[in-house]
Amino acid sequence: MERLVEVEHLTKIFSLGSVLSRVRITAVDDVSFYIRPAEIFALAGESGCGKTTTARMILGFEEPTSGTIVYKGKRDEASKPKKVWLTEGVQAIFQDPFATFNPLRRVDRYFFETVQNYGLAKSREEAVRLIEEKLNAVGISYAEFSGKYPSEFSGGQLQRVSIARALLTNPTLLIADEPVSMVDASLRMSIVNLFKKLKEESGLSVLYITHDLATAYYVSDRIAIMFRGNIVEMGPVEQVLMTPKHPYTRLLRESVPEADPKKRWKEPITLFELEHEEYLRRGCRFAGRCPEVMEVCRSQIPEDIYVDDVLVKCHKYAR
Amino acid sequence: MNETILRTEQLKAFYVLDVFGTQKVVKAVNEVDLNIKENEVYGIAGESGCGKTTLLKALVAAIEPPLRLIGGKVYYRVNGRELDVTALSAEDKRRLRLEYISYVPQGSMSVLNPVLKVKGTYRDFIASHVSGRIGEEAIEIAREHLAGLGLPPKILDAYPHQLSGGMRQRVTIALAALLKPRIIVADEPTTALDVVVQRGVVQLLKDIQQRLGNTIILVTHDMGVQANIADRVAIMYAGKIVEEATTEEIFGNPRHPYTRYLIDSLPRFGDKTMRESVPGSPPSLMDLPSGCPFHPRCPYKMDVCTRQMPGFVRLSTQHTVACWLVGER
Repeated sequence: MERLVEVEHLTKIFSLGSVLSRVRITAVDDVSFYIRPAEIFALAGESGCGKTTTARMILGFEEPTSGTIVYKGKRDEASKPKKVWLTEGVQAIFQDPFATFNPLRRVDRYFFETVQNYGLAKSREEAVRLIEEKLNAVGISYAEFSGKYPSEFSGGQLQRVSIARALLTNPTLLIADEPVSMVDASLRMSIVNLFKKLKEESGLSVLYITHDLATAYYVSDRIAIMFRGNIVEMGPVEQVLMTPKHPYTRLLRESVPEADPKKRWKEPITLFELEHEEYLRRGCRFAGRCPEVMEVCRSQIPEDIYVDDVLVKCHKYAR
Repeated sequence: MNETILRTEQLKAFYVLDVFGTQKVVKAVNEVDLNIKENEVYGIAGESGCGKTTLLKALVAAIEPPLRLIGGKVYYRVNGRELDVTALSAEDKRRLRLEYISYVPQGSMSVLNPVLKVKGTYRDFIASHVSGRIGEEAIEIAREHLAGLGLPPKILDAYPHQLSGGMRQRVTIALAALLKPRIIVADEPTTALDVVVQRGVVQLLKDIQQRLGNTIILVTHDMGVQANIADRVAIMYAGKIVEEATTEEIFGNPRHPYTRYLIDSLPRFGDKTMRESVPGSPPSLMDLPSGCPFHPRCPYKMDVCTRQMPGFVRLSTQHTVACWLVGER
């Protein structure tokens, strides 16, 4: 099987406002990509780019306006939300582990419940063994986990616990939505290294949604950069992030602060103050602040163009 | 070398809590000596739970129960004289705050009054601190101030919820700079912001520092941000400063094992080789290990480390470190 999950022309339009003045925002605009088995695929971009909405559609929390999601070759038309995914091996972890767990419940109860709901063990001893196996896979011992409430864990530890719970059903795809944004920069490695290890040892695929390009570079195989609902560049992570082609990718890449005083930012940037203005633009949505903008950019949406292995949505590369 | 503008001497600030009849003491700031200069950006780096927010509270003289000043001093240099801040009256402290030293707390969205347009918050601020300037004149001052910092004056007519997180952050920082304070203290001003927006915030702080020639004390765990803006950096761990040096020295020649981990644990473009986070977790400030607080996680731990806290060793005029591995030069 070459493609574990394939998203085709996925679109989501939100309608905001009152009866008198409605604004339609295309949060996800004709997005297509696929993830292979045993691959870490990053979906990267800043707030408001549509990456989380895309993930929510894949998980079935949100209905696409149009487009299809194909999992293991089985097509799912846009009209039917598909929650059965979670039993078939798609699990998720989210940004704030403290929001995932009820502060008044012991964390181990969630694990035992999951085991029971999915019929993963026939006895308590078997359940404990399974839980312990998954906890060890994320570097936590059963002893330091048993009987504790969420507040007794640090953010990083609790996030690893969330991953352990997601692994109970032996999923083939883990959707991780901003899993390290709330964790101190120095501790992020412990979590993303886990993704690498799980990929290598059990063939897990990860859809890694993030705005942190540095960890995306470190852990991913392929990456798609999203801007205001569109994928503007997509390909092997080495090429996209080391030799970025789209001006927005370049801006993002250059704006990552490096832990080296010799590599300080040199040029000042201008910031767009009202985001929704960019959403409603005709033509390329980045035209308002693109340093290489041309006349055609303001009126026409760019095509998806292949340059070597990389897909770029930019008039610069049109033939 | 610039003059000192803020100095602390063996500062100790602990939270004293009563938990079901038992007293628990959180040693958030534990014998901290700082010597911060005029016209510099001074960074304090450390992970969550190291005491850096409490240290900032102590620096801006905002110590309130259950936080208590257990020992040590904080001095400001005001108009050529050294003032013992810990001995000032509440009214004197209030006046110093905002005119001399202003504070941008973490998650500063809460600083802006949600039911007022931004210009309302600015107007109130100016009216209560600059006598004689009210109404339209105050708004004009605000408009000029924002324009000077490259922020669009039209944001004055917006409500806070209409602005993006990054713009609110910049509005709050601009407000903190309005009265040209000699010191601006910012607690994690870039956390939770997108990378391009973060760059805008850092740029704003740099602009302000260059225009006013004042001091910015910047607390963040993000070493990339420290590298980009700080002149000197102090590394904080479990309530103590463990290393202090110029930014070049800290990144080029980090001597404390914790500093090295902080820097090495960050992913770098162009390098996909395996990196590790610091193993384990920071200790609870209620239950500190004996001797050097880092020893349970330190790969170079020696016997003395478990028994005694190392003193500071001066490696150069601008570099000190507290670690038993580092001997006298």
